[in-house]
Amino acid sequence: ANMKLILIFSALIGASLCLETFIGHQVLRIKTKNEEEVKQLQLLESLEHLQLDFWINPSAPALPVDVRIPAASVQSVKAFLESQGIEYSILIEDLQDVLDKEKQDMAESAQRQRSSSFDFGAYHTLDDINEELDHLASEYSFVTKIQIGESYEKRPLYVLKFSTGGSKRPAIWLDAGIHSREWVTQASALWIANKIASDYGTDASITSLLDKMDLFLLPVANPDGFVYTHTSNRMWRKTRSKIPGSICVGVDPNRNWDAGFGGPGASNKPCSDSYHGPSANSEVEVKSVVDFIKNHGNFKAFLTLHSYSQLLMYPYGYKCTRPDDYAELESLGRAAASSIRSLYGTTFQVGTICKTIYQASGGSIDWSYDNGIKYSFAFELRDTGRYGFLLPANQIIPAAKETWLGLKRIMEHVRD
Amino acid sequence: ELPPSHFPAARAAAVAVGYLRYLRGGPGRGLQLRELRRARRQDIDDVGHKYYLELELEDVLDKDRTVNCTAEVLYPLGSKSAAPDVQVAVQGELRSTEEADKEFYNRIRSLEKELVAENIPDSHGNIPAELEPIHLLAWVAAGYVTWQNSTENTKFHLAQVKHVKQVKRSDEDLQFDYMLLLHEMVSQEVLPWQVTVLWHPQRGARVSQ
Repeated sequence: ANMKLILIFSALIGASLCLETFIGHQVLRIKTKNEEEVKQLQLLESLEHLQLDFWINPSAPALPVDVRIPAASVQSVKAFLESQGIEYSILIEDLQDVLDKEKQDMAESAQRQRSSSFDFGAYHTLDDINEELDHLASEYSFVTKIQIGESYEKRPLYVLKFSTGGSKRPAIWLDAGIHSREWVTQASALWIANKIASDYGTDASITSLLDKMDLFLLPVANPDGFVYTHTSNRMWRKTRSKIPGSICVGVDPNRNWDAGFGGPGASNKPCSDSYHGPSANSEVEVKSVVDFIKNHGNFKAFLTLHSYSQLLMYPYGYKCTRPDDYAELESLGRAAASSIRSLYGTTFQVGTICKTIYQASGGSIDWSYDNGIKYSFAFELRDTGRYGFLLPANQIIPAAKETWLGLKRIMEHVRD
Repeated sequence: ELPPSHFPAARAAAVAVGYLRYLRGGPGRGLQLRELRRARRQDIDDVGHKYYLELELEDVLDKDRTVNCTAEVLYPLGSKSAAPDVQVAVQGELRSTEEADKEFYNRIRSLEKELVAENIPDSHGNIPAELEPIHLLAWVAAGYVTWQNSTENTKFHLAQVKHVKQVKRSDEDLQFDYMLLLHEMVSQEVLPWQVTVLWHPQRGARVSQ
C-alpha cells in the first residue's frame, strides 16, 4: 500500500502547478474512520509540492478534514482517497465560482452601504451631492435624474424628477442653493429628496401627492458658485460669469429674473453682491430654469430655498403692492409657518418679500407668479444671525425636517 | 405702530441688540434677540425717525430664560456719518459672568504664545469650545460696529471672525485685533472690518475701529 502511495504521490508532483486563480479548485471534506487513515492524510499534508491547502487539518479520527485541492491535482487526490477506501464528499465544486459570486455580493452590498450611509447631517461637495442624486435615482423607480442645462462653467444642472406616472401631470418646482453660500439649503434639499423618495408608499400625504402630481427638485441651482464656496470663498453668493468690461465676476441670480428687472433693490454695479446682470435671464443658470418651466407648461407651484432669517415669503419683491392672491397666500403662508413651528418651536415670519425683507427686483418667485404659477413662495431657513450662513452641520437635519413640514403643507394645499 | 415682522422694526431691533452687546456682552455672555414684541415709529421733524421697541432677549449660553428690554433707536436725519442714538433699559438681571470672565482672563493671561485664530466659525459652522469666548467678544466688537454704522437702510450681522490676534499688553487689559466679516442684509455684501477690542473683567470692553 505504501508503494502505491509513493507512486501516486510522484505523479502528483508533476501535476502541481502554480495558479493565480482558483478555477477548477475543489474543496473536499474527508471523513476518517481510524488513526491509520488520519496518518495517511498527515502524510499527504506533508507533501508541499501538491499545494494542498488544509482548511481543517487531520488530527483525530472523529474530526472531519477539509482540504482545498488545485484543479490539476483533484483527480489524483480523489483516486488516492478512493484506493485507500477513505470517505470524502465535495464541499465546493469550483472555488472560483464561489469567489466570483462573493465578489459580486460584496460589490452590491458596498454600493448599498456607501449610498445608504450618505450623511444627510453633514455638508458635502458638489461631487458627493451628484453621486447621491444618482443613488436616489437608481434606488427608486419613480425618481429620475434629468439635466436641464449647464452652468456658466459648464457644470450640469441636475434636477430630480419625482413622477409615479401620467403624462405631464401638474407639477411642483423646488430649488435650493441659488445663492451658493446658503449651504443649509442644498443640504436640506438632499434630505428632503430622500424623505420624499423613501416615504412614498408609506406616508399617506406624500403618496397621494405623488399619485396626482409630479415634483421637480433642483438641489444645487448655482453649482459654479457652490464649488467656489468650497475652493475659494465661503461667502460667495453670485454666479461665476465673466462680466464684459469689469474685473468683477458674477451676477446675483435672484436679481436676474424677468420680473421688474433692473428696478429698485438690485444693483447695476458688477462688483455688487446684488448685481442684476447685463439683462434679464443673462445667467444660464436662470435661463435654463425659465426655459424648462415654460416648456413644461403645467407647473402649479414654485418654491425656492434660501438662508438665513427664518422667513416665509410670497410675491412681490419688485413692487410693494399686494399680489391678487394675497389673502390665500398669506393664509397658506401662516399655515405653513405654523407647521414649521410645530416641530422645534422655530418661528418663521410670514409676508410679502417687499414688506418682510426689502424691495428686491428680478426675483424668481415674482417671475413665476407673474407667469401664472400662483403658489410661489420663498423660504429663508435657519438661523436668525447667530451663525448666519455658517450654520453648524448638526442643525441641517432639524432645519430640513421643519422646512419640509412647511413645504408639505403648501404642497398639500396645491394638491387639493 | 409697526408690524414686528416687517423690516423697518427688525432693522431698528438689530441696532438695539448691537448696542446691548457692546454695553453688556463679553466673553461669557452672548445676547440674542428671542422676539421683537412691539415696535412703534415716531417721525420727529428736523431730527429724525425714532423707534420704540419692546424686545425679549436671551443669552446664547443660558437659553432657558429670557429677559425683557425696552429700547429707543433714533436715526438722525440726513447725515450718514452720525450713529443712531440708542437708549436701552433691561428689565431684571442678566446671569452673572464673573466666574467665566475671571477664568477666561486668567487663561489668556497665562498663554505663553499670543493667541491667534481664524475662521470662527469654520465653513461648517464649528467653533472649538475654547474659542467660544473669543467669538462672543467678537460679537461685542460687531455690536459696536453695527451701532455706529447702521441706518434705516442697513441690517448688519457678524458673518465670521476671519482672523483674530491677541496682542500682549503691559497694562491689565487683554487686547485682541480682529478682522471681522460683517454681512449687510440689504445690499447682501459681506464686508471686512478691522477692529481692536480691549477687555478687562471689571472694566468691560472698549472697541476701536
